[in-house]
Parts: sequence; C-alpha cells; structure tokens
Amino acid sequence: MIQKKFLIPLVLFLVLVVFLGVGLRRDPKEIPSPLINTAAPDFELPTLKGEGNFSPKAYLGRVWLFNVWATWCVSCREEHPVLVAFAKREGVPIVGLSYKEIQPSDEDKGPMSLESKLSLARARSFEWLKKHGDPYQLSVLDLDGRVGINYGVYGVPETYLIDTKGFIRYKHIGPVTPEVLAQEVMPLVHELQKEASTNSWPNTSRNAELAPSTPQSFAPSYALK
Amino acid sequence: MKIADHFKTRWLAHTLRKSARALLGLGLIYFFMQSSSLWVHADEAKPLAEDPVVEARLVDIAQELRCLVCQNESLASSRADLADDLRREVRSLIKAGKSDDEIRSFLVSRYGDFVLYRPKIKPLTYGLWFGPFLVLILGLFFLYQHLKARAVTEQQTSALTAEERERLRAILKE
Repeated sequence: MIQKKFLIPLVLFLVLVVFLGVGLRRDPKEIPSPLINTAAPDFELPTLKGEGNFSPKAYLGRVWLFNVWATWCVSCREEHPVLVAFAKREGVPIVGLSYKEIQPSDEDKGPMSLESKLSLARARSFEWLKKHGDPYQLSVLDLDGRVGINYGVYGVPETYLIDTKGFIRYKHIGPVTPEVLAQEVMPLVHELQKEASTNSWPNTSRNAELAPSTPQSFAPSYALK
Repeated sequence: MKIADHFKTRWLAHTLRKSARALLGLGLIYFFMQSSSLWVHADEAKPLAEDPVVEARLVDIAQELRCLVCQNESLASSRADLADDLRREVRSLIKAGKSDDEIRSFLVSRYGDFVLYRPKIKPLTYGLWFGPFLVLILGLFFLYQHLKARAVTEQQTSALTAEERERLRAILKE
C-alpha cells in the first residue's frame, strides 16, 4: 500500500494531461448551435439582384446550404473559391446571406437612408462576386443583422445545411474547407436527400413546434463538432 | 503645566493643519475622479440619453450575458459590433415589455447556454454547479482520514508496553 502511494501524483498528473489535451484540441470559438434540428427561422429579405424578396419557405423540398458572407469579411475570401468550386461540382443550391454589408464605419460621415444603404451594398457585393466568382443561386441582404441574430450568427462566415422540411441540420462556423465539404457536408446532404425521397419521415404536417422531438437517429453525431 | 498646555495646543494646531491638508488632497482626488468619470460619460452619452430606466435594465441583464465575439467580456462591456446589435435587440425587448427571463431565453434559443454566465441548473450542468462542492467534501473526507490515522499512529508510538514501563521505572530509579 505504502509503496504504491508515490503513484498518486503520477495518476493525477496523467488525468490533468488528458483534460488539457482534450481542451487544446477544442476550438473555443466553436459554440454548438441550439438551432440544430430545429426549424430554420423564417424571414423575408430583399435579394441582392433586386428581384423582390426571398423567404426560406421557397426552398422547402430542397436540401440547400445557407452561407453567411460579406465583402468586408476577410475569411470569406479564403472560403469563397471553395464554395465556387463546390457549387459547380455538386449542384447543391447555395443561398447567400449578405450579413451587415453596411458597417457602422460606413456611416461615419452621417447616417445613410435605407435606399442608399441598399444600393451601396448591392454595388459592393456585385463587384466582389464578379471578382471572386458567384457560387450563390441568390443572396439576400441582411442590412441590420437581425436575420443573422435569429440564426445565431456571431462570426462571418458561417454555413447552415437546411433539409427538405426547412430544418437546420448542420452548422459550420468559420470558412468551410474542401475537407469539411467532402467529409461532413456531402455525406449529410446525401443522407437528407435519401431521407426525403424514401419518405422515411413522412410527417409533412409536422410543424416547427415539434422540432425538439426529432428522433435521435436523425441527429447526426457529427452535427455538433 | 503651562508648558504641557503649550505643547498640547501646538500639537492640536499641527494635527489640524495636517488633517486639513489631507482633506484637501482627498477633495482633489475626488474632484479628478468626478471630472474623469464625467469625461468618460461624455464619450458614450448617446445610448444613455434614450431612457435611463431601460438602460439600467439593459446593463443589469447584459452583465450576466456573455459576448460571443470577445468571449471573456460581458454583453454590457463588449465593444464588438455584434454586442452592439444584441444590446439593441435587448433594448427593444425591454421596451416591448418582456421579462428578464424572456429576454434571456431569446438569446439562449439562438446562441445556446454559452451566453449565460450563470447557466441553468440541469443534468448537463450538475458537474459545473456541484463539482466544486464534491471536491471540497472529498478533500475534507481525506483530511479527516489522514488526521485520524495520524492520531492512531501517534498514540501507538507514544504508548509503552508494560515491559518498557518497567524498564523505564528502573532507569529512573537509578
């Protein structure tokens, strides 16, 4: 008994090492979203191209990506070519959320009217998409960031995967990489498309309030990283 | 007697002068603190001008909420753009007559328990809330065990057998 006592600090040290090791591998910036497996918040926002308003209801029945971006966002520049290539290759529709394109610094010289904000946001975004490529089926303008708040956006870029029933099934924080798309997004897209076509979840009348009772088997283990 | 009186008055005058100086110093410090705080307020007076009651409640609520951009700052003190926007949302919820709980759940439903500096007590957070007390109790238990064991060994080492006592008496007699 006495001989083994010297092992106690060693064991404690090893436990500490394991805790610290796990802690080091986790990104404190990645906060699991409570919106996974709940209905994507509805909104109606003007599109970038000015073809009226867009609401996510219009995309019910499709599996689509919702990507938060802005021209002032530096990491978006890193992410953008990945999205452009992905859109060309996979054909999964991507809708852009142009998040707070008009920054407080734009109003340094005085407050801007909504009209001038919209036109400045459009001009900037068009130029940016022309320069870097346009992976989006359409983009919507969230000038005041309210839709972003409803989606729990706290850093741009962020990407959501929304299923045919309009439920958020996955969220990626920060720039998506080819690895993330190939290993996390695409398998889930295939699974969700199959799920929709085989009608394994036929309760189309199931409404948003029932979201938390989503069966466990539908909560992919890799949804929360 | 007279000399003593003289010293007494001199001492009194001295202390008076000293305390007056101290008071003046304190006054100056107070003045600077006041003016510097006025100065700080002048810089950020905009939101306060709206409605002091709403602002007070906003600060009250926001101090208990974490800013998601600068994670070690509260929503009340963060200067991140998102914190600005979230304060704006909280402000409008206050004006809409929502309760503190409703406002908190507005944020929790979007950003998760992470935004609360005091997360709700539920199975997931039991470890967080009760873990330290468990460690304390375990520590006290081990301390008690240790002290008990030490007391026993001390008694054992100090206690002499009958034979030893006999020998001790013999030695002392000599």
